[in-house]
Amino acid sequence: MQWDIVIGLEIHVQLATKTKIFSGTSTAYGAEPNSQASAVDLAMPGTLPVANEQAFKYAVMFGLAVDAEICRRSVFERKNYFYPDLPKGYQTTQLERPIVGPGHVDVELADGSTKRVRIHHAHLEEDAGKSLHEDFHGMTGIDLNRAGTPLIEVVTEPDMRSAEEAVAFARKLHGLVTSLGICDGNMSEGSLRFDVNVSLKPAGDETLGTRTETKNLNSFRFMEQAIHHEVERQMDILEDGGRIVQETRLYNGDTQQSRSMRSKEEANDYRYFPCPDLLPVELDDAFIEDARSRLPELPDARKARFQSDYGLTDYDASLLSSSARMAALFEETVSHGKDAKLAANWLLGELSARLNSEDRELADCPLTGGQLGALILRISDGTVSSTGAKKVFEGLWTGEGSDVDELIDAKGLKQVSDTGALEKIVEEVLAGMGEQIAQYQEADEKKRKKLMGGFMGPLMKASKGQGNPKLFNEILKKKLER
Amino acid sequence: MAISRQDIEKVALLARIKVDEAQVTALEKDLSNILDLVDQLQSADTSQTEPMAHPLDAAQRLRADTVTETDNRAAFQAIAPSTENGLYLVPRVIE
Repeated sequence: MQWDIVIGLEIHVQLATKTKIFSGTSTAYGAEPNSQASAVDLAMPGTLPVANEQAFKYAVMFGLAVDAEICRRSVFERKNYFYPDLPKGYQTTQLERPIVGPGHVDVELADGSTKRVRIHHAHLEEDAGKSLHEDFHGMTGIDLNRAGTPLIEVVTEPDMRSAEEAVAFARKLHGLVTSLGICDGNMSEGSLRFDVNVSLKPAGDETLGTRTETKNLNSFRFMEQAIHHEVERQMDILEDGGRIVQETRLYNGDTQQSRSMRSKEEANDYRYFPCPDLLPVELDDAFIEDARSRLPELPDARKARFQSDYGLTDYDASLLSSSARMAALFEETVSHGKDAKLAANWLLGELSARLNSEDRELADCPLTGGQLGALILRISDGTVSSTGAKKVFEGLWTGEGSDVDELIDAKGLKQVSDTGALEKIVEEVLAGMGEQIAQYQEADEKKRKKLMGGFMGPLMKASKGQGNPKLFNEILKKKLER
Repeated sequence: MAISRQDIEKVALLARIKVDEAQVTALEKDLSNILDLVDQLQSADTSQTEPMAHPLDAAQRLRADTVTETDNRAAFQAIAPSTENGLYLVPRVIE
């Protein structure tokens, strides 16, 4: 049987405010456990929440960026459940009147087409603390530093039809919130977390099937794996005549397995009601216009500029503009290295491949745009060959050196571009290759090109790999066609 | 509208409130009375009424995004039942 895959996402975006949404406690990552958990965050009796203006500004900026309606009068609700990482016994969130209404994001897919994903809404809420289950003699350790960190939860319509589409959307959203500067985008620290809703229906059917939710995926790779895994799991059940149970599942990226998380039905009865501790938040035109004036260049506009200013292809421009960090690294590299196309090739080729193979994010990239730019400059002025440049890159990456020119010298990678010296090598090599020379001179233009390779090998060998291949080529042609 | 014993037991469980048999009987009567009152309110025409989110006719004041809290962990943890390495310890909660 043929099945349609239906995917919707919920994305928790940690807002990059200095303090929590309802208290003046710092949200800095990595502090000593519970050193950033104040009386309000701990739900001490008698405390009251006071809302952080910046969180609203960031939420409005997001809303404007996805072309959504902004709710002028938004209301907070209490979502009641008991868990030790939530000291109040409820999460302060929004249900009936979320701050961001329906909007949309256009996503470019690998085949060049564009897919519109509708945003159902985005609401403001507080994050919970962290539970640590190891090493406490059968107890659970609670760190409430994260409790009260402002989040927007972005909820999409079930508009995605494959894992690839879902990941493309997720990447686009990541690029959007980091470009807006409202989220640091650091997925390994949990700044952006994805919940994936997946259901299947017989191909062409109108009615949606029963969905499951896989929670807290914190890398694009795990997200893609989790969707493939869940689609297969549901397909197996349905094709065996079974039924899908609506449930929350957890995916373990290390074992590539998933399991059901919440079995009890009443756990989902949150008894929402308007929070009596918080008045409705009214946002006027001035507030919204101020948020609009803070909107920086967004990925789509940046992409167009990269194409017109740097002459990049549609594909390169799209990859380099999608994340704020990559775009900044590219522009810094070009400002030092001049050649934009070469810079694009190195960022999308060598650098991206290296990050992928080590499963690192660009934020952890050990190279600066200045270093990459210096390297690009040395490639374009012929100081190093592209093979040599890869060795310099390696040296920069591993921290063997930090200065491109010093690394080129230390590794003896400087290309010989002295025509006199190169000419001498060519003469010496050609002296022992009479047969090949004759062959070349008899060949037609097309064949000649091929035969050139036969000379380049011995030339590079004779120059210990340091001869400038471009110059070798020129000299060789002159000598052979004499 | 009458509320059932099962409803009361379920709500009590969700709210983590322990109620015994006799209390459930009393609550059944009290809560049903309250719901009757709600039923009466339901008969009012509210088609022209804006839903109310808060009894006060005012808007929330927002605060600037500046750190005002300092680390008071030692004081808070002095009254916690159990702590270790700065963490609050609670009975194991893993599914």
